[in-house]
Amino acid sequence: MALQDKYKELTDAATAAGVTDLQVREQDNVLYIDGTAPSGAVKDQLWAIYDKIDPNFVSGDLVLNVNVDIAATVTKVKVVTQSSNLNIRKGPGTDQPIVGKAAHHEIITLVSQSSEQWWLVRTDDGEEGYSYARYLEPVTE
Amino acid sequence: MKVTRVLAVMMVALTLGFVSCKPKDADIKTAVEQAVAALPDATGATIEVKDGVATISGIFKDETAKAAAEAAAKAVKGVKSVINNGTIEAPVVAAPVVIAADDPLTKSVADATKDFPTVKAEVKDGVVTLTGEITKPNLIKLMQSVNALKPKKVDNQLTVK
Repeated sequence: MALQDKYKELTDAATAAGVTDLQVREQDNVLYIDGTAPSGAVKDQLWAIYDKIDPNFVSGDLVLNVNVDIAATVTKVKVVTQSSNLNIRKGPGTDQPIVGKAAHHEIITLVSQSSEQWWLVRTDDGEEGYSYARYLEPVTE
Repeated sequence: MKVTRVLAVMMVALTLGFVSCKPKDADIKTAVEQAVAALPDATGATIEVKDGVATISGIFKDETAKAAAEAAAKAVKGVKSVINNGTIEAPVVAAPVVIAADDPLTKSVADATKDFPTVKAEVKDGVVTLTGEITKPNLIKLMQSVNALKPKKVDNQLTVK
């Protein structure tokens, strides 16, 4: 219960921001918060609160797993790497061969979200494969 | 003539008597409903009253709440007895936390840390230990990724530069 109190501001904010499927569970001195955020901004807001309660996330007593709900209508994603090209791989894993590259800030087609981490994408040149979802941002038309 | 008049009076008296019985049950029902509704854990309870016998049905949080509703009903004036048909709601059991096995977790952690060459990651019994150094914006990105991989715990020993 102590951990739920410690991170109460975070769970309250999640509820207020409309996070769905919210689950807050404590097990072996770790608090697990799972849910689906309505937007990337809400996810960032929750992480900012986490950083405020536990600066630099050093306590190791929270696993915050809030994913962003991507609408089924989203078909285009923007490459949001820091500056480099994004690898497109044959399969979902960095051990998979690179079959193509997408440029920084290029807008490519989202074929499917095969997992939370790896999305199947296609470039305008027809290169198709898996890219790491962290570097892809949904484009709303 | 006299006999019929007496009979007529008796009939009227009897009819009035029956009529006055009915609102009594209804009044008792209202009173019991109010008494039960005042309890904190009896929001879904319904009450029926027939000939002074109150029947409680509905779902209660626990046995205590069910018993409290029964006691409240018994205390209402006019209630002869109480039939308690209330049921107890099934306790909500939280699904256990899913922790990834070390093999897939090691692989997904390697994917998540690949673009941060100054970060070392180790996975043991579901615990992801991060060492090395990182910038603050990248720390947030990395932590967001690693937290989504179903680890048991993230032991972040990174130096923030």
